[in-house]
Amino acid sequence: MTTLPTTTQKKLGLVIDLDTCVGCQACATSCKEWNTTGYSAPLSDENPYGADPHGAWLNRVHSFDIGEGDTSRTVHFPRSCLHCETPACVTVCPTGASYKRAEDGIVLVNPDTCIGCKLCSWACAYGAREYDHTDGVMKKCTLCVDRIYNDHIPQEDRIPACVRACPTGARHFGDLGDSTSDVSKLVAERGGYDLMPEMGYKPTNKYLPPRPKRDGTTAPKTVAKTEHISDPKSSIERLFAFADKVLTR
Amino acid sequence: MHPAYSVIIFTTFSGAGFGLMAVLGFEAAFGEIARHWLIGLLGLGLAAALAIAGLLSSTFHLGHPERAWRAFTQWRSSWLSREGVLAVATFIPAAILGLTWIVTARPGVIITLTGIVTALLALATVYTTGMIYQSLPTIRAWHRTIVAPIYILLALMSGVVIAHALLLTLAQGDRAMGTAAIMLLVASAIAKLTYWHQIDNAAPLATPGTATGLGQFGTIRTLEHPHTMANYVMREMGYSIGRKHAAKLRQIAVIAAFALPALLIALSLTGNGLAALAASWGAVITMMAGLFVERWLFFAEAEHVVMNYYGAKSA
Ligand code: SF4
Ligand code: SF4
Repeated sequence: MTTLPTTTQKKLGLVIDLDTCVGCQACATSCKEWNTTGYSAPLSDENPYGADPHGAWLNRVHSFDIGEGDTSRTVHFPRSCLHCETPACVTVCPTGASYKRAEDGIVLVNPDTCIGCKLCSWACAYGAREYDHTDGVMKKCTLCVDRIYNDHIPQEDRIPACVRACPTGARHFGDLGDSTSDVSKLVAERGGYDLMPEMGYKPTNKYLPPRPKRDGTTAPKTVAKTEHISDPKSSIERLFAFADKVLTR
Repeated sequence: MHPAYSVIIFTTFSGAGFGLMAVLGFEAAFGEIARHWLIGLLGLGLAAALAIAGLLSSTFHLGHPERAWRAFTQWRSSWLSREGVLAVATFIPAAILGLTWIVTARPGVIITLTGIVTALLALATVYTTGMIYQSLPTIRAWHRTIVAPIYILLALMSGVVIAHALLLTLAQGDRAMGTAAIMLLVASAIAKLTYWHQIDNAAPLATPGTATGLGQFGTIRTLEHPHTMANYVMREMGYSIGRKHAAKLRQIAVIAAFALPALLIALSLTGNGLAALAASWGAVITMMAGLFVERWLFFAEAEHVVMNYYGAKSA
């Protein structure tokens, strides 16, 4: 059913820390690895060893260079489905293959009913849907729906593959509809925000801004002042002065 | 947006087919053409053929055409689904209209009723086609109230231009149809010029600053894309055409789709015999060619907000 649920019991989603993300692509590769074997058909690649390879990935990590000169910074920016509350990607779907779950707010594509018309990918503002040319259906982040409720894997693995893989802990998973959850507290504390709020899609996923840069002008000088033996008197002092001169060169 | 040929053919052909259906429906209901069974047969036949060719073409770019029937189910929320439902529904009164027309060849209650219903459903179908595009909040050039009305206008225009040639061919040509065609061609040209003026001056929907939320830190430049070669998003949404080319193609579209057909129809009204006939069909052919260019531009000129992540200054 492509009409959206009016409310969802939970708002499961991700919180992504742009301060600590180092752009290592671990989340993107582990996402591809898990999802090519999991829910829906494999995430296929076209022409993988040819001159123009491309394929369906559900998570993409951009690297941006922001600002000028001393104040410029590099920000690594992972981008995947934000499991929006009011996304057009669901309502435009003519078949009902694209849907938002009332229980946890996860936005999914049913690979058995999708006709591959690609309209949902036009409606997504965030480029989160990628068409799989081999399967002829649309692919997108499932929030690892086949991990988070999976009784057959250890408790610590019941989180999205990207969150599990991130070596710097820049990705957090939880219920953003519950104001007492760890992720909600993190968002409140760090000023988490929505991407492109002007689209009106109300993304569930939140991004944490980079922390302010340390002020370079007040930082302690790293070169220590050197002291010399000023006025050598005895021969032993002259020897020390000589050794000092040689050693400090 | 990537201008896929299947979608260009879909929108132009089904627009012309349903436009012709609407014109014939109204004319059968309120005019005199219902007295001529051949107009019913050839006219509605051609309209149906164009509409079906367009609809079939739209299934070519599907990953799973065999599941296309599922697209009739989500009419509550999806304009694409509504389009499918209305397109099929239009054929029911159109078939009754055609049969009655061919068999009785006389105006009557059934022809009046089915004529009106066919015409209204056909126009509603074209409106839903326009709404598939107009309803997308992510594309500045499409998300404007002028888009769906232009789809209706261009469909009616195509329908009247084709109807004019058809009536001339069957020796039933009348001045009113030709005059209506010229008026619709002029109106469509004005509408299209207004549309281009609007999209050239429309403010971007978003910027890399709002797309990443990092605008406060300064200008955002791409250091590295997430992938070495273009991915699906860049191939589908990243198609962009240079301003120079667009300006030239707009001129070609205006000349071929509107100016030349208007001139040829005016000629067909002054001349007679074979020359008039040739001019009227010449108008149909240049118009369709012009509409292909116009529709190609409709896609190629449309920028998608997602390109804010891929180096666009804004979109
Ligand atoms: S990020 Fe895109 S695909 Fe995901 S819910 Fe929002 S609009 Fe839909
Ligand atoms: S590609 Fe599939 S999921 Fe997307 S709108 Fe079309 S049918 Fe729905």
